[in-house]
Amino acid sequence: MLALAALAILFFALPLVGLLWRAPWSNAWGYLTDDNALTALRLSLICSLWATALSVLFGVPLAWVLARVSFPGRGAVRALCTLSMVLPPVVGGLALFFALGRRGLVGQWLYRWFDLQLPFTTAGVVVAQTFVAMPFLVITVEAALRQLDGRAEDASRTLGASRWYTFRRVTLPAIRPALAAGAVLAWARALGEFGATITFAGNFPGTTQTMPLAVYLARETNPEQAIVLALLLIAISFGVLVSLRDRWFGRGAAGRHSVLA
Amino acid sequence: MSLAATLQLQLGSLDLQAELDVRPGELLALLGPNGAGKSTVLRCLAGLAPITAGRIAIDDIVVDEPATHSFVEPEHRSIGVVFQDYLLFEHMTVLENVAYGLRARRQPKATAHRVAREWMERVGLGEYCDQRPRALSGGQAQRAALARALATSPRVLLLDEPLAALDAGTRAGVRRDLRRHLQSFDGMRVMVTHDPVDAYALADRVAILDEGRIVQTGTLAEVTSHPRSRYVADLVGVNLVAGTVLDGVLHTDTGARVVIADAAPGASFAVIRPHSILLVQHPADGASARNQWPGVITELDRLGDRVRIGLDGAVPLTAEITIAALDAMELRPGDTVHASVKATDIEVYPA
Amino acid sequence: MLRMRTPIRLIVASFVVFGLVATACSDESDTTPATGSAIAGAVVVFAASSLTEAFTEMADAFAADHPDVNLTFNFAGSGDLFTQISEGAPADVFVSADAANMTRLTDAALNAGAPVTIARNTFEIIVEPGNPQAITGLTDLVDPNLIVVLCADTVPCGKGAQQVLANAGITLTPKSLEDKVKGVVTKVTAGEADAGIVFVTDVNAAGNTAEGVQIPAAVNVISEYPAVITKDAPNPAAAQAFVEFVAGPAGQAILTTYGFLAP
Repeated sequence: MLALAALAILFFALPLVGLLWRAPWSNAWGYLTDDNALTALRLSLICSLWATALSVLFGVPLAWVLARVSFPGRGAVRALCTLSMVLPPVVGGLALFFALGRRGLVGQWLYRWFDLQLPFTTAGVVVAQTFVAMPFLVITVEAALRQLDGRAEDASRTLGASRWYTFRRVTLPAIRPALAAGAVLAWARALGEFGATITFAGNFPGTTQTMPLAVYLARETNPEQAIVLALLLIAISFGVLVSLRDRWFGRGAAGRHSVLA
Repeated sequence: MSLAATLQLQLGSLDLQAELDVRPGELLALLGPNGAGKSTVLRCLAGLAPITAGRIAIDDIVVDEPATHSFVEPEHRSIGVVFQDYLLFEHMTVLENVAYGLRARRQPKATAHRVAREWMERVGLGEYCDQRPRALSGGQAQRAALARALATSPRVLLLDEPLAALDAGTRAGVRRDLRRHLQSFDGMRVMVTHDPVDAYALADRVAILDEGRIVQTGTLAEVTSHPRSRYVADLVGVNLVAGTVLDGVLHTDTGARVVIADAAPGASFAVIRPHSILLVQHPADGASARNQWPGVITELDRLGDRVRIGLDGAVPLTAEITIAALDAMELRPGDTVHASVKATDIEVYPA
Repeated sequence: MLRMRTPIRLIVASFVVFGLVATACSDESDTTPATGSAIAGAVVVFAASSLTEAFTEMADAFAADHPDVNLTFNFAGSGDLFTQISEGAPADVFVSADAANMTRLTDAALNAGAPVTIARNTFEIIVEPGNPQAITGLTDLVDPNLIVVLCADTVPCGKGAQQVLANAGITLTPKSLEDKVKGVVTKVTAGEADAGIVFVTDVNAAGNTAEGVQIPAAVNVISEYPAVITKDAPNPAAAQAFVEFVAGPAGQAILTTYGFLAP
């Protein structure tokens, strides 16, 4: 067991070590403070936070419906809503074209009525990131809701609380660790999103060129900068993942999903 | 002005068909074995499980009637529920738990907390207001749950096995406290329990629920003096035989004959007390006023200086004899004996 | 074959396989070198993705001449191909879509012999079928209402497009700088972009999903496709045969049908 675990750790650590090994440390600061890099970083943070917010806003109700409301075809709906996790991101980007692009099923009306075109806009980046990131939140929150003792919600209802009040005051506090975990996973996925973004939103500095796109583009002309940017992206994600794990998961007493005494 | 309910609900293997009527100030105990549907009745009354047919009315206000598509959501029913393991919200203080119902009804925080504090004082938890529920003992948690349920002044209080979560040592004291607190409530009360002691101590009336049907109602004394179900008979510790009386003989549903003293014809129950059964190794003849049934001993259960003996035969019985008699006869499981009961020792009443 | 009994061996083996796949990409052929003078065995060609359609057709014609050679392609962006070769990927032939990436290879001394130009390509404006925006030339592209996408200047089509625009003295702000030429084609064929500047061959490859608007020769850029045999080519003889075939009349005929210009 330990040997296998050690191999798994090695498997994850080695590529990172490889990046660190090849990193041009003497020029790193210059690469990081390069205007292009800063622009891409800022855009990445803004877009991924928006994508996380949208994932929470729509993903939590979706998870609640999947966990609490039984209706025919629920399994199919669940599969549909998590499909983008397994879809190659480029295909996801193309699918978004067909749905929300200028000629898309819905997009053509957005364009005609509101002169709204998502591709080549920052909003398009957020849409692409949300598309691939939300399932991570949905499955995490749904699992927590399923583990939750539904009688806590019953108790709340008998005390005169509506479904919504119950959700806010009883359900949400109970699933907070899972919600945080799901949001962090979704955020990390959004931050690293590449394929759907470049396919659907394109690549232009300041509007749609996020960090992963900048890294990808830089890898040919300036591999050294690509490595430095990638390491920055890794450092940010790593920092957030480590700090949040300790704060929300470590303390949550072995995944307690209960609000009951 | 009462709680009136006719409940019909199919839920898994449970087929519930029950009728309840509880007057203000009255506490009805629903007594029955596990799986009889007791908690489901409470869930129906609370609105957590909609009924499939029937009608529930609280003070003449219909809260559930499928025929007229009437259904009042739990939060709009005038009810309070004390759940089996209290279900206090762990992420709130005890005071916030008690204030929860008022807050949910959009009462200002100050008002809700003032009322909650009064309730906390009333149930003797004044100094636990700012504690988390985890800090409370079982009995204290139960009182907190009671205060939480009553703080919204409901018309109906539902209690689901309020004493089952407690250990035997504290149960008596908590039961006494509960009795005191329940007396101050003048609404309708329904308590689910599987322990007749709870029913005896707290209930004005009991309803025996067995396999989704209410088989008997009345005071606990009435119910236990004339058992109408195997469950109650077992509780009291007597043998219950169901059958039809014809010409001084009760014909059991399994085809056996029970000779009885005078009784009106028709469907009846017969109660045979274990200590009125005489066990003999060889059947005696004549004596028409005596019943004699052969049976195989299935179990021997010592209770002090007496022994309970399970018999399997045409009329399955539990007999009770002295240790001395047992030793004299050298009875062992598997032996065949004859159970002899005088007709005058059998109590018969209409079903 | 390997006999694996213990899980550890299995895991070590999967790591090895992982590594091979990562470096060799889609290369599945066995790389036994040809022995003796007969041209045979496997030959692996790393070619710029704009050659995909033409080279795929070429494979059949080449197989007719050299039945004993097992030809496999790895199509990707020229820069990616260079990176893969410099990291040790087992390529016999490298065909770049520009001189710059070939220079990177020769500067790194990863070539055997001098590069040979096998084709040339020029640029066109790619528009939707029927040219709904009625674009007639480069000057139309400055219209701020038009959505124009270009390749990023990190790839040959982007460098070329920038040069074309500079030659014509036109400044425009594209909506996107795609990482590869197919990205530009996709954006136009999907109807998201109104126009882009791509290789003539890409317009041809898009078939009836796109149309091309010619760019005058005076401002157009001619991009060269150099081919070279790699220094560590496992099968240099077959590699040489392939390069000669492509540069020869049969190969040139096929390239021409796809819109390439003769070298």
